[in-house]
Amino acid sequence: MRIVNTTQVPRSLLHYTLKVAMIGCLIFSGCQSKNEPQEKKTKVVTIQVKGSDTLVNVAQAWAEEYKKIAPSVDVEVSGGGSGVGIAALVKGTIDIATASRNMRPEEVEAAKRNTGKDAKEFTLGYDGLAIYVHKDNPMKEISMDQLAAVFTEDGTFTKWSQLGVTIPNVDDDAIVRVSRQSSSGTYEFFREHVLNKKDFKLGSRDMNGSKEVVELISNTKTAIGYSGMGYATPAVKMLHISPKTGEPAVPPTIENTITQKYPLARSLHLYTLGQSQGAVQQFIDWILSAAGQNILKENGYVPVQSTGN
Amino acid sequence: MNDMSESDRLPTLPKRSVVSMAGEKLLEFIIRLSGISAIVFVLAIFFFIFREAAPIFFSENFNLVKFLFNAEWYPTSVTNVRYGTLALTVGSISVTLLAMSIAVPFGLGSAVYISEFCSPRLKEALKIIIELLAAIPSVVWGFIGLTVMSRTIISLTGAPVGVNLLNGGLILALMSVPIIVSIAEDALKAVPDSYREAALALGATNWQVVYRVLLPSAKNGLLAAVLLGIGRSVGETMAVLMATGHAVQIPHGLLDSVRTLTANIAAELGEASASSDHYHVLFLTGVLLFILTFAVNLTADFVIRGIRRK
Repeated sequence: MRIVNTTQVPRSLLHYTLKVAMIGCLIFSGCQSKNEPQEKKTKVVTIQVKGSDTLVNVAQAWAEEYKKIAPSVDVEVSGGGSGVGIAALVKGTIDIATASRNMRPEEVEAAKRNTGKDAKEFTLGYDGLAIYVHKDNPMKEISMDQLAAVFTEDGTFTKWSQLGVTIPNVDDDAIVRVSRQSSSGTYEFFREHVLNKKDFKLGSRDMNGSKEVVELISNTKTAIGYSGMGYATPAVKMLHISPKTGEPAVPPTIENTITQKYPLARSLHLYTLGQSQGAVQQFIDWILSAAGQNILKENGYVPVQSTGN
Repeated sequence: MNDMSESDRLPTLPKRSVVSMAGEKLLEFIIRLSGISAIVFVLAIFFFIFREAAPIFFSENFNLVKFLFNAEWYPTSVTNVRYGTLALTVGSISVTLLAMSIAVPFGLGSAVYISEFCSPRLKEALKIIIELLAAIPSVVWGFIGLTVMSRTIISLTGAPVGVNLLNGGLILALMSVPIIVSIAEDALKAVPDSYREAALALGATNWQVVYRVLLPSAKNGLLAAVLLGIGRSVGETMAVLMATGHAVQIPHGLLDSVRTLTANIAAELGEASASSDHYHVLFLTGVLLFILTFAVNLTADFVIRGIRRK
């Protein structure tokens, strides 16, 4: 087929105007960021922190605060899930992995095999895993058995009416289950402690972060989901949890998390390879110091010191 | 220049410097290499994906029939590991079908308008803006799906969750329209003007020219445009990861959340430790994806041949 180019219009004024406008926008937006001081430090040490989505906000806050104390240290934080952080540590590509679950024995072995070093664990705080519902949901408490019946593969609860709850102004009272992607430490913690290692019912919305879980629930009246208690917002409600149907329900508070009265309390960890030195060790020491632990507390988690450790 | 004049004087024995001869040989080799490289890369990619996937066939937990026709996807289960990808495949196909049913009419319509009906000035503006639309990164589309589109869907349909099949389909349609438009427009432009003139001389209306003359003669190009659109939809990862709700289930309606093959690989490959069953299965879903797109291309090839035979 012959290509005839007679319809080609000469590049009009309009064409150039649009292009210039686009380039202008780019230059303008580029100029604004250039005003920041560009100091070149002689020695900048970079610490790579990766892992738990539960801890990513806190780790970011630590990184920012630590920059003020030690300007020559850059702490780079990324999430992805405890599993992703530990996998990266095993490969030796990061300095610190954060995790909301314990490192498994086979992961410790793999780390030893790959890097020749033992993984070292630091407990940096505690967290209550909260069960969230929409603020218009009249439900106040739920038992562990009911939770299992909602989330487990062969669980029978699929409608709110089965839990004895009527949600106002809703046509379809099917329970919208909000869960986490399988690389999440929170996902594994929930599976182990609520589902007794059974599998999740398929069809849950698997979110990629603790914050997304709470966001989805705040937009959906019939939703129920789990996330760290630090992520609570005014648009959602944390349910009190009773260990068994009929027993008194325990609210997710800091005291109840420390005393382990709250059924879904867990510890949060840092992992490094071998005995870390220099900047990394100083950073970890600072995290475990009063200053670092205060930031943890501000983000809604429970610091280690208050338990007397 | 010296070489030229020498060869002019002695036409029977053209003389060229060794450097120029070697240069030509080298250039020829490089061009040939770039020609073959596409084939080499495709084969290498296929080989690599298949090599990473192959060990799963020797695993006890794996069953090919279940892999293809079971909807239960429990790759990290403690008690009962199951690798069934039916829900993921159905998710990928349904999102793509929905996206195409929106994008193809809009894309082709807009290509016909740009190439045949609008004024030259408007044409320039539209082309630039559509180019701009194609340049938006997929993560931005995903973000639009997660925020703007999700809220709109909840308020318009009363669905409990805004991230679902409809959302993903709309986002993918918006992403593939620019590709369909620009390629379809090229195809229409390639139809010789003599065809248009002949049709108009025979008294055809504008619509008849488009429907009876342009569309049949640009068929191959238009099909290629649609195919590239499908390719973009099937392969798109980030936007569908954010907009479809990421739930493993076979959808029963437009407002159900789904998970696609691509989104599943993206979400899970990071944590799957190398050389575990989970890792190999994820590569096998990559092979499945490869076969799906290959099947689409092959069908299209047959369709084009069918058209040619007519």
